[in-house]
Amino acid sequence: MSITTSTSHSASSTATLSQRLSAAIGASILGACLVYFAGFSHIEAVHNAAHDTRHSAAFPCH
Amino acid sequence: MIKRIAQTAGFTGLLAALLLTLLQSLWVAPLILQAETYEKPPATTEVTHEHAGAAAHPHDAEAWEPEDGWQRVLSTTGGNLVVAVGFALMLAGLYTLRAPTRTVQGLLWGLAGYATFVLAPTLGLPPELPGTAAADLTLRQSWWIGTAASTAAGIALIVFGRNWLLKVLGVAILAVPHVIGAPQPQVHSMLAPEALETQFKIASQLTNVAFWLALGLISAWLFRRHRDDRYPA
Repeated sequence: MSITTSTSHSASSTATLSQRLSAAIGASILGACLVYFAGFSHIEAVHNAAHDTRHSAAFPCH
Repeated sequence: MIKRIAQTAGFTGLLAALLLTLLQSLWVAPLILQAETYEKPPATTEVTHEHAGAAAHPHDAEAWEPEDGWQRVLSTTGGNLVVAVGFALMLAGLYTLRAPTRTVQGLLWGLAGYATFVLAPTLGLPPELPGTAAADLTLRQSWWIGTAASTAAGIALIVFGRNWLLKVLGVAILAVPHVIGAPQPQVHSMLAPEALETQFKIASQLTNVAFWLALGLISAWLFRRHRDDRYPA
């Protein structure tokens, strides 16, 4: 009587391509904003705080 | 999925930033401090970070600046953390499209990150010690960002392109910023001795290689650990 019907279980739990694409783009944009804030911001205090980070990472500084 | 990205990026950024801070404190930061002694001669007063470009502006005296010592190390650690989490977010985001099948593949992602964000930009704008003459900051930042973007696109086309035409296009895109050329100062000059600058370039490159390899490896490892499908709904 028992019929194997649980094979589609794992397939249905994976996200669709558009969901994955929007997550990837969202994460990349957020990441780029963080890098921009610490590494490229023209705010003087931020520049001073992350000064050595910028020089070490070879970001344009000064 | 979003939780998986956040967890991967957060822990990867934390671990890679700690490694970066350690390497910097041992090798890179002492060179920066040494260069700054040439930049701030004891006799004169405010000669900090003079631009050789057209728009020379003295730094705002009011702006906060960490004091040398623990304050400076702490704020550099903070800067490293923000940058590392940012890069890790990009990697984790890309993993949702192209999940690494083995943890070792993270090394390849790390190498690609190093090529994109360090190697390609430094071909035109080498790592600089404080007190080195350079072109206008905004121009250099724009070139840097354009170079990173085109290198990322170029590598993606070369690696994932299905036919040779796309791969050739990738190589072409890779070359574009270097054909245009990085903005250069009218007169090259530096306050620190050249030997110090050379040492700094090596220290910066090797530190960044280590940082990116760690970032790639740790992120791939964590991303595979936090697999959603282990807990089917």
